[in-house]
Amino acid sequence: MKKIVKILLGLLLLINPTLFAQDAQMADTMRSEGKIYVVVAVILVIFFGLIAYLILTDRKISRLENRLK
Amino acid sequence: MKSTWWKIVCVVLLIYTIIGGLLFDVPRLNIVNETIRGLYFHVPMWFSMVILFLTSVVYAIRYLRHPNFRDDSYSLEFANVGLVFGILGIITGMIWANYTWGSPWHGDPKQNGAAIALLVYLAYFILRGSVNNEEQRARLSAVYNIFAFVAMIPLIFIIPRMTSSMHPGSGGNPGFNMYDLDSKMRLVFYPAVIGWILLGVWITSLRIRMKLLEEIINEKEDEKNR
Repeated sequence: MKKIVKILLGLLLLINPTLFAQDAQMADTMRSEGKIYVVVAVILVIFFGLIAYLILTDRKISRLENRLK
Repeated sequence: MKSTWWKIVCVVLLIYTIIGGLLFDVPRLNIVNETIRGLYFHVPMWFSMVILFLTSVVYAIRYLRHPNFRDDSYSLEFANVGLVFGILGIITGMIWANYTWGSPWHGDPKQNGAAIALLVYLAYFILRGSVNNEEQRARLSAVYNIFAFVAMIPLIFIIPRMTSSMHPGSGGNPGFNMYDLDSKMRLVFYPAVIGWILLGVWITSLRIRMKLLEEIINEKEDEKNR
């Protein structure tokens, strides 16, 4: 019984790191320092700016449509 | 098309994509590491492109059944914005490939196929620009549009799967499932796809409305000149 458990544990240890690459390097430091929020803020500002521009263009076209009809 | 609710849905989904895409947990994998988050932005470009081209070809067929200016304009503008998304997809793909495959252009079947598909669609605009007669231009480009769509599907979706491609989802490589150890990514990926597609449709709708306005102005000018 003990032998089987030992073999199973050994197999688990063999499989684990190759199947789930838990050791892969990720930007954990950047996240723990909270600097990731800077990136999110920058991208959101650009996104909002572009969307606002799109909405303004949309409205301008609506006005032109009203004038021409 | 002119209602606002779906535009609000688009903006909300894309805000969620940006926040969730950068902050939520992703599987920890070697080689790709954090670049896995590019999935929320690079892949939806291609999904959007295919949807826009599909709509374009539907309007092209509608035009061929009953020729009219409106369907031709729809077909043109959907193809136009679809091409923009395709170009964005190929550029983001090159950036990603540079860091995971080692060079921006690997001659991978997926990359080559995508590039050829974009060139086929570029030729659509060259064809449009080279015919002066309006009806002839609309008819020829509608026929070519069908050809371009039929050529794109095997180039992007079939050939890379049959050959050895490094791109996920081709050449025996698993697509999404490889990364999807915990299906957390789907929570962001599907909203991202819908959001980006809606953004493409929004931009297209503006271009179509501009095109139709241009036609009204042209008609008025013609009346004056008579």
